[in-house]
Amino acid sequence: MSIRLLPGVHAPHRKHTADMAPVRMPVPGVVKIPMSMNIGRPATPTVKLMAKVQVGQKIAEAGGFLGAPIHASVSGTVKKIEETTLFHGGSCKVLVIETDGEQTRWDGLTPPEVTDFDSFLAAVRESGVVGLGGATFPTAVKLKVDPEKVEYICINGAECEPYITADTRTMLDEGERLSEGIDLLRRFYPKARILVGIEDNKPKSIRHLRELNAGKERVEVRALPALYPQGGEKVLIHNLTGRVVPAGKLPIDVGCIVLNTTTLKTIAEYIQTGMPLVERVVTVDGSAVKHPMNVIAPIGASIRDVVEFTGGFAEEPRKIIMGGPMMGISVPSADECVAKGTGSILCFGARDAVLPEPTACIKCGRCVNHCPLHLSPADIETAFRLNKPEDLAALRVDLCMECGCCAYICPARRPLVQVNKLAKGELRKYTDRIKAEAAAKAKKEAEKKGEAQHG
Amino acid sequence: MDNLIVSVSPHIRAKDTTASLMRDVLIALLPAVAASVLFFGARALLVEVFCVAACVGLEWLFQWGMKRPVTVADCSAAVTGLILALNLPVGIPLWMALVGCAVAILVVKQLFGGIGHNFANPAITARIVMFLAFSSAMAAWVSPNLVDAVSSATPLAGLKNGALVGYTPLQLFLGAVPGCLGETSALALLLGGVYLLARRVITWHTPVSFICTVFVLALLLRGPAFALAEILAGGLFLGAIFMATDYATTPSTAWGRVVFGVGCGLITCLIRFFGNYPEGVSFSILLMNILTPYISKWTRSKPLGGETK
Repeated sequence: MSIRLLPGVHAPHRKHTADMAPVRMPVPGVVKIPMSMNIGRPATPTVKLMAKVQVGQKIAEAGGFLGAPIHASVSGTVKKIEETTLFHGGSCKVLVIETDGEQTRWDGLTPPEVTDFDSFLAAVRESGVVGLGGATFPTAVKLKVDPEKVEYICINGAECEPYITADTRTMLDEGERLSEGIDLLRRFYPKARILVGIEDNKPKSIRHLRELNAGKERVEVRALPALYPQGGEKVLIHNLTGRVVPAGKLPIDVGCIVLNTTTLKTIAEYIQTGMPLVERVVTVDGSAVKHPMNVIAPIGASIRDVVEFTGGFAEEPRKIIMGGPMMGISVPSADECVAKGTGSILCFGARDAVLPEPTACIKCGRCVNHCPLHLSPADIETAFRLNKPEDLAALRVDLCMECGCCAYICPARRPLVQVNKLAKGELRKYTDRIKAEAAAKAKKEAEKKGEAQHG
Repeated sequence: MDNLIVSVSPHIRAKDTTASLMRDVLIALLPAVAASVLFFGARALLVEVFCVAACVGLEWLFQWGMKRPVTVADCSAAVTGLILALNLPVGIPLWMALVGCAVAILVVKQLFGGIGHNFANPAITARIVMFLAFSSAMAAWVSPNLVDAVSSATPLAGLKNGALVGYTPLQLFLGAVPGCLGETSALALLLGGVYLLARRVITWHTPVSFICTVFVLALLLRGPAFALAEILAGGLFLGAIFMATDYATTPSTAWGRVVFGVGCGLITCLIRFFGNYPEGVSFSILLMNILTPYISKWTRSKPLGGETK
């Protein structure tokens, strides 16, 4: 079966840190652990103020079905539990833990007993793992499906964002753990083919995983072209299996599950050692960083502490991004903390921080021809500016995965994906209004009918 | 230090800008400029420099006068000026060229809102206006320097009358024949086209479908002896590579571009074979410009996963 790969953009790779094995940083004096580190509900703190905590100890319960527990990344004392505004606008509680520097392991840490599918799922839930590629969807929720229905499990080693090499290092340094994870999936999803998708700019990772998984039934490591956004969920599913996830549906509706490599490795680690998700590899890079490197940072370490550990700033940073330059979030302050989904910290000086002013659209069509989902961003922008939600509906802006190819490629520097995000909001309001109006009309008619019958 | 810039992703951009794309088009036109000077002498360069200067000057004057941001630095006015010049005969009086530039920049481009908003190709519309207004000056063809500077009919006019008028396909390919400044040398235009393709400024769809359509129709309607001459003579290569690929006035999808090219080829042949004029490339592109919004709409790409609702 040959699959016609989806379009994208040749973003620069800039994988300067690909050959740098991660170095564990010493624990900072204070860590701040936000309760909202995943898609879905924030976690509920289970420790009191001034409580002593140890590494791996659970400090918050999942806030609901769509949630994940949180564990202490350091040993120390909970000094503050305060409400904080997150850089993406929401607010949640944050636990401020003063570290004692001992990094004492919590004595309750024991590997979970995994005997069947249910105990496997329970273990995944207890590990606190969420989508570590940055999407932060609670992994246990994703895996809790009828195993018979899973035809493909796509292991995402694409790492298509420029700069980031956290997953690359996972595949190289933790290849054995990752392969244990693959074996777990083979055991609990007996019908699934496990396809590992890796961009071909990581030949070492591809070779290593192929060697480790040679001869395993239903496992295949595939090289994919290094074309952003190869690691986008819908793109990866399409390019590995040829399947299309329809609008409003989940991958499992077409028999697929997508798991990031670091996510799977962390699950396997928890099941083997009992150590939940308390630290992660963070790529530190960008023009304002003196020594780009991969750091193993405790969850909750501040950007400032992590960058200080790498050798500090080369120049005054004017933009700091958590995540990659294509989809990452630029944060207002270096006091923001490493969360579960933080794969990289990128710092840029003034020259790289300021974006050029947009000019008039020249209708070159690049945004259309590079959109992985075949949307028409320039037309969407026009419909949005003319305030035509019915056009936005026809143009299917709701499908946009916000990968940013359109804005990246636009020679007129138009803020296309940015407008898409706003347009999605407008379209939601519009469809809600239409639905409400239809419901009101139906109700009125029903009342009329009722009156007529009674009369 | 916490004076950080916060912006929505993506935080990086591709290298190409509007200005760099337009600069690439200017570079791609250089072989044609060189050929025009070689074949028609120094006055060719004068006409070209004059038209570029006039278009840039008029755009600057208009935007300055209307208190709008001045955008001449994006090089699009220069591209229009150069393409218009390459569509003129070498002996064109400069005041007529100025009228053409004014039509292109003021009427067709700026009055419709400037770059990206014009529905018709400025250079082509100006050429057609000049063709209709200054018919004799616009048809005062001279033979290239290499032969002798006497006025003569273009190869296409000869073809129209059913004669191959003594030009070999090689002559037509190299361009030592009477005609507009930039249209005669298919070789020079092809070099420019290859450059634009290599730099990904244009795609192959429109030029290839346009030229192939003309070739096939000439083969069917006029016979194999004429087919090669029909595509090499006249303004087909200049039109197909540089004017039918203008962004604002042509479709932006791959299929749309094919439809556009085939449509241009059809209309060109209708005019050449059945109409009064020897040449139909400009008219065909202008007519297809008008259809562009509809072609774009019909060929709009289908969103992936958008079928079920």
